[in-house]
Amino acid sequence: MAKVGVITFLGSLDDRDAMRAVGVVGGEAVSLWHGSTDLQGVDAILLPGGFSYGDHLRCGALARFSPIMGAVAEFAAAGGPVLGICNGFQILCEADLLPGILTPNHGQRFICRDVELIVEQESPWIGNRAVGTTITVPVKHGDGAWFHPEEGLDELEENGQVLLRYAEDVNGATRRVACVTNAAGNVCGLMPHPEHAVDPILGSIDGQLLVGRLINS
Amino acid sequence: MRVTVLVRPKTGIRDPQGEAIGRSLGGLGYPVSAVSAGSIFDLEIDTDDPKEAERLGAEMAARVLSNDLIEGFEVIVG
Repeated sequence: MAKVGVITFLGSLDDRDAMRAVGVVGGEAVSLWHGSTDLQGVDAILLPGGFSYGDHLRCGALARFSPIMGAVAEFAAAGGPVLGICNGFQILCEADLLPGILTPNHGQRFICRDVELIVEQESPWIGNRAVGTTITVPVKHGDGAWFHPEEGLDELEENGQVLLRYAEDVNGATRRVACVTNAAGNVCGLMPHPEHAVDPILGSIDGQLLVGRLINS
Repeated sequence: MRVTVLVRPKTGIRDPQGEAIGRSLGGLGYPVSAVSAGSIFDLEIDTDDPKEAERLGAEMAARVLSNDLIEGFEVIVG
């Protein structure tokens, strides 16, 4: 059974939901601690949501220097699958493992609701769903506007690094981008919470696609 | 010695904090057409060498205190 490491940073709050979601899709969740450098032989890594270091300075800007992040960077460089959700996405961007940065929502409101996401790339991260189809996953963030300068943006799209786009403007994200990968495609991040969309009793189960990728890689 | 790092949003970068403050100032009747909100960091650095203090301040500003995708910084020694 694939082992998925879920990192708990100081101020993570979705780590337990993430571990449960890994179990729902058939993986074994392994709790990893931000202060350790030991990845315990996991096959994939998930950086969960939350408010690490109270979102001080910039979201994710302090957690990116956690001791475990050096090991995460090495794991990613070796091609290991890494998924960052919400604060985890912010940390991966601040660590330069993903392009862009997350900035405050343009509407100055915390947003907490289901959102519709359009598949932009046929990717194993989204169960190879067809381009143009949609999935539904909840968001809950105040600093979720992904920003990328115009320079290099077309290149990202041409490389197939934009996997999902918000069907409508949710938070002011550049080109409504919701989910991006690194150039190699093994590191993926998004503000919506797939780990909150894995159980039919809570509505959508589309989150199983993204979490499921971690055990099928 | 004291080093001050000023971090400002880059021109053209959306700044919801500045916008909210600007709207409130306008609501109070002040003739303010735009506000840009940044951060000030006063650092006490353990060195007596101003050049070293400036070098360290700039390094910390670039590596930690700012993100060059959205922000610029200025380092002031003394």
